[in-house]
Amino acid sequence: MRAMVYRGPYKVRVEDKEVPAIEHPNDAIVRVALAAICGSDLHLYHGMMPDTRVGSTFGHEFIGVVEEVGGSVQNLKVGDRVMVPFNVYCGSCYFCSRGLYSNCHNVNPNATAVGGIYGYSHTCGGYDGGQSQFVRVPFADVGPMVIPEWLSDEDALMMTDALPTGYFGAQLGDIEQGDTVVVFGAGPVGLFAARSAWFMGAGRVIVIDHLDYRLQKARDFAFAETYNFNEHDDVVVHLKKITDYLGADVAIDAVGAEADGNLLQHITSAKLKLQGGSPVALNWAIDSVRKGGTVSVVGAYGPMFSAVKFGDAMNKGLTLRMNQTPVKRQWPRLLEHVQNGHLKPSDLVTHRIPLEHISEGYHIFSSKLDDCIKPVIVPEAA
Amino acid sequence: MIPYTKEAPQQIASEEELRARIPGWGADLDRKDRPAVPREQSLTTGAHWEFPDRQPEKGRRERSVEHRFLTPVFGTTVPLKGLSGGIRRLAYARYSEGRAAHWLLLILGDRVDAVESHVASLATRRPDEPITQSGVVSELSHDGLRSRFGRGRADVKHVWLDPVLVVGPWLMAGGLVFALGRTVVRALR
Repeated sequence: MRAMVYRGPYKVRVEDKEVPAIEHPNDAIVRVALAAICGSDLHLYHGMMPDTRVGSTFGHEFIGVVEEVGGSVQNLKVGDRVMVPFNVYCGSCYFCSRGLYSNCHNVNPNATAVGGIYGYSHTCGGYDGGQSQFVRVPFADVGPMVIPEWLSDEDALMMTDALPTGYFGAQLGDIEQGDTVVVFGAGPVGLFAARSAWFMGAGRVIVIDHLDYRLQKARDFAFAETYNFNEHDDVVVHLKKITDYLGADVAIDAVGAEADGNLLQHITSAKLKLQGGSPVALNWAIDSVRKGGTVSVVGAYGPMFSAVKFGDAMNKGLTLRMNQTPVKRQWPRLLEHVQNGHLKPSDLVTHRIPLEHISEGYHIFSSKLDDCIKPVIVPEAA
Repeated sequence: MIPYTKEAPQQIASEEELRARIPGWGADLDRKDRPAVPREQSLTTGAHWEFPDRQPEKGRRERSVEHRFLTPVFGTTVPLKGLSGGIRRLAYARYSEGRAAHWLLLILGDRVDAVESHVASLATRRPDEPITQSGVVSELSHDGLRSRFGRGRADVKHVWLDPVLVVGPWLMAGGLVFALGRTVVRALR
């Protein structure tokens, strides 16, 4: 089969790889119909995630058709059109039995601090991902779901990570009616978080980024008030000024490890890999939210330490809430939102790229060329 | 005088205005409609086992010292090999996830892996080729200059660093090899 293969920082190519085999009785093999590049894939691409091995295949956002099932699979059959959450999880461990699917303890021998994620380094379990023609899906009776007929492929693809993560981020904010919510990052997760904040009754939603085309999308798609942090000497002071010097009630970090806006933070993390991530957006969130407010973190950070302004968080009495998203828990309610016309997830897809051209897809997305917001990979065109 | 008095900010828009303007506004106002609330809850997952069957271990699979045993299911892509494999195995065997040495060794392993793999590729029919693998040709086809300049982007300020960081280590390594070679030649004379 053809598959994207990591060749070292900033380098990927497409190679012939063995079609994955059933390795466990509850495995399925899925023929990938569509995959996506996630903003967090760029942390791997840039060499920031420890134990990212040359030869591995990325891709934790994918949908496809079941090609083969293991002997104990009961809930899926060959030919089913399925969407697969980015979490690999068993459904039965201490954590899964409490709904914490993203914190599963039975799928990642390499680390206990993080669960299993498709195509996301050996730190996340050493699974190949879906930017390929086929992918192994462990615990087929637990993770995947047959896609409702009324849901389009691209809408289903957005359900595998970007939309549930944005929606989850808004929920972590514990938003109350009339709250002012500030979202850092106007990538797909930030845009979905901003849109979701309205579902929970926000009275005002503000989005911060430095890419004007994404801020335009935040106004059009998420009905948000927007500011380019690069146009303000100090974006925290600006946020204080526009909130009566009070600060927002809720701040959501939808940027994560490669936040720009502070050269020292950016170089020590994104370039020199001496931090788990550049916590610029997180620090802005801590400083711009009001005392007693809530900071929600859904931007991804590496496992190393980061220079976070924890003292300010403590002194302000903030509630910090965060996790990798337990995706499947979000699906029933999100499907209702989509079916009721509250949002169309695929509105954020800007680029459709054949698998054979994936190296260009990574560069376009990484360098934010051509007003790219969400690139989708099409394996069958390979 | 917010926030120096008990006064609260005025709402910018009324509930009716928001409901009319924004599809789905307030649909999840009730926390019972929020699937992540409460955080911990028992749900039907589809699992029909108490403890999963164990996936056969082929070779010696590395694992965190914080695990009691090898997890019943695990990824099998790209097993450890070469010098980078030795470094990574040491990181897993010796240091917990709480130790910086664990992660720094894994990052070192990544850098060594990149060099090992690049050198090994030179002996194959498809050596690494930075132009196509970096996707940099899309700069021409997807408006590289127009996308970057005159658009208020923060990253443009430090874009000059990228080639330094990419080429710099190779120049340093080349200089080191040259200096070492020269020293050896001089010693032999």
